[in-house]
Amino acid sequence: MFSFRKKSVDPAQEASWFARLRQGLRKTGSQLAAVFGDVRVDEALFEELETALIASDAGLDATRHLLERLRARVVRDRLETAQEVKAALADELARLLAPLEREFDPTVRKPFVVMVAGVNGAGKTTSIGKLAQWLQGHGLSVLLAAGDTFRAAAREQLAAWGARSRIDVVAQSGGDPAAVIYDAIAAARARGTDVVIADTAGRLPTQLHLMEELKKIRRVIAKADPTAPHAVLLVLDANTGQNALAQVKAFDEALGLTGLVLTKLDGTAKGGVIAAIAQTRPVPLAFIGVGEGIDDLQPFAAREFAAALLD
Amino acid sequence: MLDNLTQRLARAMKTIRGEARLTEANIADALREVRMALLEADVALPVVREFIAQVKEKALGEEVVGSLTPGQALVGVVQRELTALMGGAAAGLELAVAPPAVILMAGLQGSGKTTTTGKLAKHLKGELRKKPLVVSCDVYRPAAIEQLKTVAAQAGVDFFPSTAGEKPVDIARRALEHARTHYHDVLLVDTAGRLGIDEPMMKEIAELEAALAPAETLFVVDAMQGQDAVNVAKAFGAALPLTGVILTKLDGDARGGAALSVRHVTGKPIKFAGVGEKLDGLEAFHPERMAARILGMGDILSLVEEARKGVDEAEAKRLAEKVRKGKGFDLEDFKGQIQQMKKMGGFASLVDKLPAQFAQAAAQSPQALDDRALARVEGIINSMTRAERARPELIKASRKRRIATGAGVPVQEVNRLLNQFAEMQKMMKQMQKGGLQKMMRAMKHLLPGGPR
Ligand SMILES: Nc1nc2c(ncn2[C@@H]2O[C@H](COP(=O)(O)OP(=O)(O)OP(=O)(O)O)[C@@H](O)[C@H]2O)c(=O)[nH]1
Ligand SMILES: Nc1nc2c(ncn2[C@@H]2O[C@H](COP(=O)(O)OP(=O)(O)OP(=O)(O)O)[C@@H](O)[C@H]2O)c(=O)[nH]1
Ligand SMILES: [Mg+2]
Ligand SMILES: [Mg+2]
Repeated sequence: MFSFRKKSVDPAQEASWFARLRQGLRKTGSQLAAVFGDVRVDEALFEELETALIASDAGLDATRHLLERLRARVVRDRLETAQEVKAALADELARLLAPLEREFDPTVRKPFVVMVAGVNGAGKTTSIGKLAQWLQGHGLSVLLAAGDTFRAAAREQLAAWGARSRIDVVAQSGGDPAAVIYDAIAAARARGTDVVIADTAGRLPTQLHLMEELKKIRRVIAKADPTAPHAVLLVLDANTGQNALAQVKAFDEALGLTGLVLTKLDGTAKGGVIAAIAQTRPVPLAFIGVGEGIDDLQPFAAREFAAALLD
Repeated sequence: MLDNLTQRLARAMKTIRGEARLTEANIADALREVRMALLEADVALPVVREFIAQVKEKALGEEVVGSLTPGQALVGVVQRELTALMGGAAAGLELAVAPPAVILMAGLQGSGKTTTTGKLAKHLKGELRKKPLVVSCDVYRPAAIEQLKTVAAQAGVDFFPSTAGEKPVDIARRALEHARTHYHDVLLVDTAGRLGIDEPMMKEIAELEAALAPAETLFVVDAMQGQDAVNVAKAFGAALPLTGVILTKLDGDARGGAALSVRHVTGKPIKFAGVGEKLDGLEAFHPERMAARILGMGDILSLVEEARKGVDEAEAKRLAEKVRKGKGFDLEDFKGQIQQMKKMGGFASLVDKLPAQFAQAAAQSPQALDDRALARVEGIINSMTRAERARPELIKASRKRRIATGAGVPVQEVNRLLNQFAEMQKMMKQMQKGGLQKMMRAMKHLLPGGPR
């Protein structure tokens, strides 16, 4: 089978995002890094670890869960140095996140229809621009659908991203997002395009009528192709606190999510909320966004993510 | 879902009922609950720590007066301190300089700067009768300038064109000159989103600030932001002499602890709240409401305010009074409420303002939030006589049939409405007894067509 992740791992590039992520974390004087000096394993250390996890937005429950496991392990494995404890915590975190690692394989259908949703300003349109480039880099043809017919210049923004990788964007001057996406799927079928990615307007789950609109878009996509959408991605901003959980829940209930994209990890926000998501509603994390450039998108790798978070 | 802090504290402090004073020992558990509540609301940890220490200091030795339990007394202290920390009364824009007064927008990517620029321009032009000019110095984000242009047109304000090929500081200088020569009294400068650790970009905005000498430098913060709010606020506060904060996306259901973090770090007033994507979604910021929201007590006050906006004020007051007293509230009033609800943009917009617990309950019964259900209820009430509306107990079988026929609904729907109304009356009595929690539980069942 076409193995997407393996192909994408260009070690040089991988190292660079890892380095950037780590650099970002370091520049804040990362609390996590700071606590792992050469301290002996005592209560104060656990307390500080708790502090560090909370400060990464992991949330109280996931933090408690991780620390309980860590404690058990310290006893069981007779860990003595802070270094060992650190490695054990990174391992526990990686284990918690591992189920979110899932290959994104857009070759199972043609056209493979991807629907992208999320709250306002999370990074949907930008991530679509990057994803299109990424897919193209893997030899797939892509068509974009400008399904955000609401926000000012949303269409122009997506068109600019399309232009950067010479990818066509289907848009209408009119207002019906479902119709635009339907047209794009029809066009992709006629042209033999591999992947269609549909942008949608940002919305908060409290806007119930807009959540209904999303469901309608999904239904119309299924009219164009009964097996579609083949992927429904929720874009989350790594800056988001505990509300990210509510977002995953609401969008999952409305659309049935197949994956997440966690953006803006190049900043000082650590995206620890993903640990809380892994614990309460484990939707696979397909990609992470690590910058505003077109190549700043990477498949999620649990172990590296955990290491970067704790570095 | 999270419990109301009051409830949690009551639980934590059960053991110490009957004590006359708050002591270190008797508030330890309760303070742990406060700490957890604040963390769940995304208040940053260092801020939580400092706050708890402060509450402890203020609370110790406080007398538990009258009928209060120690738990209630502590909630009182917490809410008082939180409100104080959140800042005094709502602060407006300070534009008392030789025109054009410059407003510089700053913040992370996607926080809402461009939209808020449009909202402020509209506010300046409308309420404050100014002649604003807007300009975009965002030469990075695709179609950012186009976005501001569209937003300016929607706000009906003048837009100063710029291009992605220019240097931001050059754009700013040209715009300022244009504002001066064309007698604009305010220039709003939108900027690209940037990370606090992006040194060249932080330097760029510092240069913009130096070139423009703004009357207001506003830091735009997403209400959904988590723990990192302290780091970002520190970085922006260090690079720029901020004069205020705008908290956006408060129409969501985030508890908004970032408000406290940012306020604590910058020490600057939160001047406005963004409560919608449209340009009229800008409100004055209310510290006491925000405190209640962070503590999970719901945004009841905003609801009342919303009821006032665009709606007959006297009528709203009369209703509020009736609701408060829990008596004399009849079907005619119920209908009035439905009409007001419609004016406010229907159920969806109202639900946004409700306490998380209730919003959740409401969301679980989607059919309950159907505005068509509202219209049906209105239809039923319309088919009643004045006497029936005032005294629903008059409505027996034959009257029910008549009303159902008149409204074109099955008799069961009339029954359901009458039952709901009876529950609502009961709820209002409970509310009068001060049981906010009880009221919210009761309200779950009150939505037309909602679960029984
Ligand atoms: N630093 C950084 N910025 C990002 C990343 N992804 C997106 N952004 C920025 O975040 C801002 C918002 O991105 P958009 O793609 O417009 O977000 P959106 O979700 O489409 O927004 P709406 O359509 O308005 O809801 C832009 O300034 C992007 O450049 C990322 O991974 N890192
Ligand atoms: N629901 C809601 N959406 C808002 C609010 N303020 C802004 N938005 C939305 O948030 C998204 C981002 O807003 P922008 O104004 O583009 O944000 P920005 O800070 O200019 O973004 P960049 O320029 O990319 O950094 C858009 O979809 C806006 O419509 C608000 O108060 N409520
Ligand atoms: Mg978008
Ligand atoms: Mg902008």
